[in-house]
Order: sequence, then structure tokens, then C-alpha cells
Amino acid sequence: MENSDVVKLEDVSVHYGGIPALEGVNLTVKQDDFIGIIGPNGGGKTTLLRVILGLVKPAAGKVTVIGEPPEKGRRHIGYVAQYNLFDRSFPASVFEVALMGRLRQSGLFHPYRQVDKEAVIQALETVEMLGMKDRRIGELSSGQQQRVFVARALVTEPRVLLLDEPMASVDPTMQTTFYELLEKLKKKMAVIMVSHDIGAVSIYVDKIACLNRHLFYHDSKEITTEELESVYQCPVEMIAHGVPHRVLKEHK
Amino acid sequence: MPGLLQYEFMRNALIAGLLASVSCGIIGAFVVVKKMVSISGAISHASFGGIGLGYFLRVSPILGGLFFSTLSALGMGLVSRRTRLSEDTAIGIMWAVGMAAGIIFIGLTPGYAPDLFSYLFGSILTVPLLDIIMMLVLDIFIIIVISLLYKEFFAISFDEEFATVMGVPTEALYLTLLCLVALTIVILIRIVGVILVIALLTIPAAAVRQFTYNLKLMMVLSIVFGALFTFAGLLLSYYLDLASGATIIMVSAVSFFIIYGASRLRKGRHREIDAPLPV
Repeated sequence: MENSDVVKLEDVSVHYGGIPALEGVNLTVKQDDFIGIIGPNGGGKTTLLRVILGLVKPAAGKVTVIGEPPEKGRRHIGYVAQYNLFDRSFPASVFEVALMGRLRQSGLFHPYRQVDKEAVIQALETVEMLGMKDRRIGELSSGQQQRVFVARALVTEPRVLLLDEPMASVDPTMQTTFYELLEKLKKKMAVIMVSHDIGAVSIYVDKIACLNRHLFYHDSKEITTEELESVYQCPVEMIAHGVPHRVLKEHK
Repeated sequence: MPGLLQYEFMRNALIAGLLASVSCGIIGAFVVVKKMVSISGAISHASFGGIGLGYFLRVSPILGGLFFSTLSALGMGLVSRRTRLSEDTAIGIMWAVGMAAGIIFIGLTPGYAPDLFSYLFGSILTVPLLDIIMMLVLDIFIIIVISLLYKEFFAISFDEEFATVMGVPTEALYLTLLCLVALTIVILIRIVGVILVIALLTIPAAAVRQFTYNLKLMMVLSIVFGALFTFAGLLLSYYLDLASGATIIMVSAVSFFIIYGASRLRKGRHREIDAPLPV
């Protein structure tokens, strides 16, 4: 596959009731990118993903997803939200939840087709949740639920996968498995992962962006100390603790 | 019991109860899992405005009720989606305004308003044949719409944001679902009346939720339970000479608490499945 731009943000600004959430954000994501976006809470990480999905309209700037406006282009996006605030007692099985990823392909007024069900079985196998397909989603641990939501995103056959704090609810022992899963997936699609955990992100992703209203991104894993300081607004030593050194530029 | 069936009013009552249970079970399941109990309560009370209008214009009160319930459903749905007013607030306003409108219309209508009480508290024993036919038509309509859009309704009930991303027209579907609730309420008004409707819509679905985690099965069982509650309440009210609508609700509520208590005991200390309490 050619390495084309899958997501492009040009000078995007978002305001919530006069309070700026994103200002002048520029970002180009290519087909084979695996980008980690780090930044403090309230820095606009989720907003950025919602802009890409067309769920939030920017006050200024232009967003394109596979060359189309996000409302159309989002058919190529698989999305795993940060909090799955669904009702834990909701009567839905793992299989039924993952099937929702095929809503678009099967179409309005039609039931799910056999191909949809096969795609779901395959995706559940990928995330190693097939054995639990008949369990009620609310019974699973949050880490297992997270895998089901990844499966649901995968069956959309996305070209871009958006993950919002995917590790937040995954217990530490499962995190490695989860990153191994992402390693597999990134060969097939662009992955944009939002996290506040710099340490974890820096090991696995190929490129890092820093977001606190403004986005700092150099199409690489390199972030300058000044940038980190301006993003987190505190001395970098405090937040860089435990971060593999290659993330940060060498100190002079 | 067989002796009772020789009376036409009893036969009609049983048919009406069965027809009402069908839409009530299907829509009630969505009302419970999508947590639309309050908005459904508001729709039913708002429909009283239409019943009053029906009296005032000397057309069928139930047609007026149909008009008002649908209108209020769309109104509340749109207000909560498109404005900054919360759904909760819209519910509070519409609930009372509908009742107030009904009272004013009835006050303006010269003479005595016959059957007013039956619209408020139901009167399953006096359901006319025309209303039974209307119930049948509405049932069929509801079944058709639900079977065409089942997976979309399921998806917006579970996770509306994801459904939006998947290209599902969530607002239009939510409004459609609210309209189906409005139709169901109109069907149920004949059975238990404007004020008691919400209990009949909620209780069967909340009760069967204790047994199953499958929404389709929940619907089927809700229909069965709704019919059982209605028949039991009807018989009890007949023999004890009590108001039928109120007796049906009491039978449903008592059954619910027995079922809920029994399933709690059976599940031991698991507290994860909390069914909403009936209003």
C-alpha cells in the first residue's frame, strides 16, 4: 500500500464555550504510522480524536480523513473510546457488541449477514476473546472488555485505528499482550493512540506527539525538553522519570 | 373462568390485554434497557392533553391522545438533542403541561366528560371493538418497525456515540423509538390509563431482566409476563370488585418484587445486575 496521508489536520482550533481546547493544530498521519499522543489531562487529547471522527466541529481549520471530510471519511476509522460508559447490566453478549462494528457494512433495514458474523469471529480470535463470545459484556473484566471494543473497531476494516487511553483499564500484566496485539495491527493500518502514560507509549509507538492545546510533532520520536516543559508546564525531570532516554533529546 | 368467557366484555378485555402486552413487551424492553422510563412517563401524561383536546373538539379522545403523545415525544426528543435544555428538564415541563392542557380543555368542554376516569386509570372491561382493531394495527406496525431496525435500536441503546461513528442516523432513530413508545402508550391507556401506564411498560421488562441477558428473549418473555399480569389483575379485580387498572398494576408490582427477591436470593451476593425499580 502506498504511504499516503490518511488523516490530515490543518490549523485546527476547537473551543468549548469560549475556552480553547485545541489551537492551531497541524497533524499529518500516514498509512503506516503508529503515533502516540501524550499530554496532560484536559490537554485536548480526546477532543483531537473526536475532531478526527467528526464528532466535534472545529471552530477553524480543516480536517480530512482519507481525503474526505470526517463525517464521510470516518467510515475508514476504527474507534475505541476511552471510557466505555455502557450500562454493565445491558443485555448484550460479547459477540453482539463486536457485531456493532458491522453496522455500516450491513446497512440500515437489513439484518447482519453471514460475512459480518464471520468477520466478528475472526476479530474476536485476533484479540483472543472468541472463547468468551457468548458471555455478557458486563461480566468481563475491563481489560477483556477493552479487547472486545478493539475487536468491534477491527471489524469495521479500518485504515486508521484510534485508541483513546487504551491502557487505562488494562491491568499491567495484560498491557504487554495488548501492545503485542497493536504490533500486529499496525502492519495493516495506521494507529493513533492517546495516552498520558509517556513511559509505556514511548517504548512501543514509532512517533510521538505532545498535546496541550498546542500540538508538538516532528514526524519522529523526538520531543525537545522545551516542548515537553511547555506541554506539561513543569520541569521535565518530574515527568520524564522512568522514560527511556531515547524519547528525549540529549541534554547539552 | 370458562364461565366468564361467555361475556363479550370479558372476551374483549382478554384480547385487549393480550394485544397490549405485545407492544408493551417489545417497547418496554427498550424503555428499560435504554433508560427511557422517565421520558415515557412524560409522554403518557402529556397525552392527557390530547385526550382533553379530543373531548373539546368532539373527536375520539384516544385519537387526540395519539396526536399529543407523538408530538410530545418528538418535542422532548428534539429539545434534549438540539438545545441546551437537559432531557430531564424537558420531561419535567412536558409532564405537567400535558396534564394542565387536558384539564383546561375538559373544563372548556360544555357538559360532562364521559369516561374521563377510564382514560386516567384505565378500563379494560369497556374496551370497544374499534379500539381493539386499533391496537392490532398499532401492534403490527410496531413489530414491523422494530424488526426492520432492530440492530440499529440495539446499537443506539448500547452505545450511541459508536453508532454515530458507524454512520447510523442516531437522532432520527431515537425519535422513531420515542414515537413507538408514544404509540405503545396510547395502546396501554385503554388498559391502565394515563397515570398508571408507566408501570405496565416498565415492570414486565424489569422482571424478565432477572432471567435473561438476551434482548430478543427479554421481549418475548416480557410479552408473556405482561399478559399474565394483565389477566391475573383482571380476574382479581372482577372477583374482588376492584378497579381493574389499579389491580393490574398492583399484581404486576407484587410479582416483580417476588421475582426480584427470588433472583437476588438465587444469585447470592452478586450485586452487579441492578434492574431499575418501577416508577
